[in-house]
Amino acid sequence: MSEEFKIEIVNPEKSFLVKDDVSEVVVPAFEGEMGILKDHISIISFLKPGIIKILSKSGDENYYVEDGIVEFKNNNLSILTSSIFNLTDLDKAKQQDLLKLAEEEAGKPDINDQSKYLVDQKIEVLRSLN
Amino acid sequence: MASLDDLKKRIASVKSTQKITKAMKMVAAAKLRRAQESAEKGRPYSEKMNNIILNLSSGISDKENAPKLLSGSGNDKVHLCVVMTSDRGLCGGFNSNIIKKAKSYFAKLSEDGKELKIITVGSKGNDQLKRAYGDKIIANISFKESKHANYFDADKVGKMVIEKFGAEEFDVCTIFYNQFKNVITQIPQAQQIIPLNVENSEEDKSEDSYEFEPDEDEILSNLLPKNISTQIFKAMLENSASEQGSRMSAMDNATRNAGEMVDKLTIEYNRSRQAAITKELIEIISGAESL
Repeated sequence: MSEEFKIEIVNPEKSFLVKDDVSEVVVPAFEGEMGILKDHISIISFLKPGIIKILSKSGDENYYVEDGIVEFKNNNLSILTSSIFNLTDLDKAKQQDLLKLAEEEAGKPDINDQSKYLVDQKIEVLRSLN
Repeated sequence: MASLDDLKKRIASVKSTQKITKAMKMVAAAKLRRAQESAEKGRPYSEKMNNIILNLSSGISDKENAPKLLSGSGNDKVHLCVVMTSDRGLCGGFNSNIIKKAKSYFAKLSEDGKELKIITVGSKGNDQLKRAYGDKIIANISFKESKHANYFDADKVGKMVIEKFGAEEFDVCTIFYNQFKNVITQIPQAQQIIPLNVENSEEDKSEDSYEFEPDEDEILSNLLPKNISTQIFKAMLENSASEQGSRMSAMDNATRNAGEMVDKLTIEYNRSRQAAITKELIEIISGAESL
């Protein structure tokens, strides 16, 4: 029996990525990174900024996400996100832009604890990319 | 009767109008294809989002403490209506249809003694509602600069709505937009987004239970604001497809009418030309006879 399952990443504009030969996906879930293999229990969780790693037969891919929701059900992994970038397309300039935006937000005086946590996370991830 | 020269000028002017409407139709057709594509591509996201929320809300144990965006504020007094229209005119009944729908809803609200607040998205809606409901409009948003509907804009509207809800400025929120069915038909829609209508939860209820991480409440409170933006974005996509479709058929009609008008004017022109020739002939003949 094959150890593969299907992944679908959708953003509001379009279906971003569909693959059905994925062997493992690591997502940055809100409470820590989570590796998903075939026949994982049905789960819903949401994402914090980080890297989605997709391991598949046709090659590994890495994506940077800022937010999103994951749903895993019947060996179908759906990820809904409004901001996702393929790491290979994400050049230095774009990274700097995102980092600047995040830093600006972190500097706001009226930021609440949860968004502060998320923004700090975002900054950390973006810095680590360089 | 108009002189020959006048008729000639009329024909020329109608013809040039026809050229413009024809060009607009072509442009609308090209834009329609793109808008329709993005409306179709955007559907999976909002559908998935809806499904997850349905699953979540059916799994939620404590209905009393459910997030307010889902259960409502407990009151039903102040209604916020987000009326979404286009920024450009010349698109047939597109804007008036939404406005008509919205106005009949407003009338019902005031009959029931509810308070009304309006946010208009798109300048045409604002123009039309300003006169009758000017004091009710609390905000007017227009995205003239952005070429297509994008999520960023929708998110801005969504955040504003949520902020106002958080400040308890309203209890119920409804959005008005045109749903794209086909080029000829667009259906004006009124969709309630706060509190969320979990209506057809019966049909797609999955039996297997989910594991939630963190717990349901936290996910829901995170998801619901996103859902608002998503619904607004969906409405924007539907609207932009409808706008182009409506414009296309309106311009098609205009082109056809202009063609008919040119035909009629040409007949009239030829008739009066002949009349003039006949008159001249009679004058010549009767002049010759009298000699």
